[in-house]
Amino acid sequence: MSVADYAKQHGLKKVGAREPLLSYVKHAWQRKDFAYVMALFTNQANNSKNRLGRWWIVLLPTLQAAVYGLIFGVLLGGSRPDNFVPYLFTGVFLFSFLQGAFASGATSVTGNIGLVRSLSFPRILLPTNAVIQQIFSLLPQLALLIITMLLFRMPVTFNWLFLIPDVLLMVMFGFGLATISARLTVHVQDLNKLIPFITRITFYVSGIFFSMDKVLGDYPLALQIANLNPVYIYISLARGAMVEGYSMDASMWISAVVWAFSFLLIGIWFFWKAEERYGREI
Amino acid sequence: MAAKSKPELKPVVIVDNVNVVYKVFASGRKATRGSAGGGIFARKLQLREVHAVKGVSFTIYEGESVGIIGSNGSGKSSLMTAIAGLNPIASGAIYASARPMLLGVGAVLLPAISGLKNILLGGLAMGYTRKEINASADAITKFAGLEEFIDLPMKTYSSGMSARLRFSIAASRDHDILIIDEALAVGDQEFRNRSEARMREMRDRAGTVFLVSHSMKSILDTCTRVIWIEKGELIMDGKPEKVVKAYNKHTGSKTID
Repeated sequence: MSVADYAKQHGLKKVGAREPLLSYVKHAWQRKDFAYVMALFTNQANNSKNRLGRWWIVLLPTLQAAVYGLIFGVLLGGSRPDNFVPYLFTGVFLFSFLQGAFASGATSVTGNIGLVRSLSFPRILLPTNAVIQQIFSLLPQLALLIITMLLFRMPVTFNWLFLIPDVLLMVMFGFGLATISARLTVHVQDLNKLIPFITRITFYVSGIFFSMDKVLGDYPLALQIANLNPVYIYISLARGAMVEGYSMDASMWISAVVWAFSFLLIGIWFFWKAEERYGREI
Repeated sequence: MAAKSKPELKPVVIVDNVNVVYKVFASGRKATRGSAGGGIFARKLQLREVHAVKGVSFTIYEGESVGIIGSNGSGKSSLMTAIAGLNPIASGAIYASARPMLLGVGAVLLPAISGLKNILLGGLAMGYTRKEINASADAITKFAGLEEFIDLPMKTYSSGMSARLRFSIAASRDHDILIIDEALAVGDQEFRNRSEARMREMRDRAGTVFLVSHSMKSILDTCTRVIWIEKGELIMDGKPEKVVKAYNKHTGSKTID
């Protein structure tokens, strides 16, 4: 009798085999509390380091937006987009979520290798935890964004409610981004070095501080390509919802949905494919 | 010894010709081979293989508690993480009746938050529900003997106190198969006695315990079977007294512990 048969006869199961995708996702969903509590406590732990604690979550992006506003506002001079400050703040705040999801996703497995090697749980909870932490930082920023809109006397309309589906789709997209970067950095650690460049480039091409239509107005093809950029899409939709003088169009919503769902599904599948290997590769 | 009243032994863990190989990027010459020369500039970054566990096989039966001994770097921990399913194996197979649980909850705990919050976090990391962990939080605190300190951040604990908390969280519920990697060497004498008693209790409830330790006294006190691993190979597998005696002869120690 072979060892496998002997094991089977006594009801023993093979250790370390990867679950099928559906039961993996189900299993991970059952353990979501772990990702949530870990994100919550990590945030608390991080905040307890500084005197201003959680205020930094709001202070930092405000400072950042103020600096960009000052520099680009002066540099761009007359070619500033209309309603510059609300325009800029929407861009900077939403971008900081996507940037955070990408960067913290990238370190979510490699930075927790001790945890991976000592406890068994669906590893996708690690990038999930990273994204939840980013959501914790995003929420106060959204509140700040609304205050900014009110301060700059943007008319309050029902369109503001479109911010909710836009943010939800963006979070889905960000989750996909985090799972993909989480696995890629496991295989190629060097990628961590490139992440700042990738985020910088994305920052500059996503129309955070300039108007895509004004800059690329003479190049219709480039504008069309730029309009497919998911980062730009989520930011534009938020502007369309809240900033006066900007609008949302249906094709953008379609792109937003397609990007969100495809990244979410591809991300989960891509991460799951290497599930049993995360403990090994360093 | 392990059979108790049952005529047929029921296997709990089967390790079948398991190999664990690490691939690492390393520069420099191989330590074992003669240098090919070329000086410092000739050194290249190359993929090297470290064969940590070489063709180890054994079967553990119900009710056994197994001591794993061997010198540092002998492959004990690699084998244990492989059994826990945390470390993929290069070849061979490992079968188990339940998911083996490594007592390694320490990796998830956060020094900046309170002991109580860490109990919740550690419990969730091990797969308990919030309800279960809330129900047993008091018992865990009491077992760790940290009632007065449980609301303080864990970074204020001494290393012994944190070790006690880690063990108490991990041992709070019965695991069918528990792997303890040198966890008992910490804590004071009183806690050590308590944790050893807890381990025997778990073993008696038909749980299987693997104990990796350099303390032959702990091994002799708690184990019913000992496996000795050296350089990734299984050297000896048998009754504790016999294996420990041979191991001591090999290492040159005359006294136990």
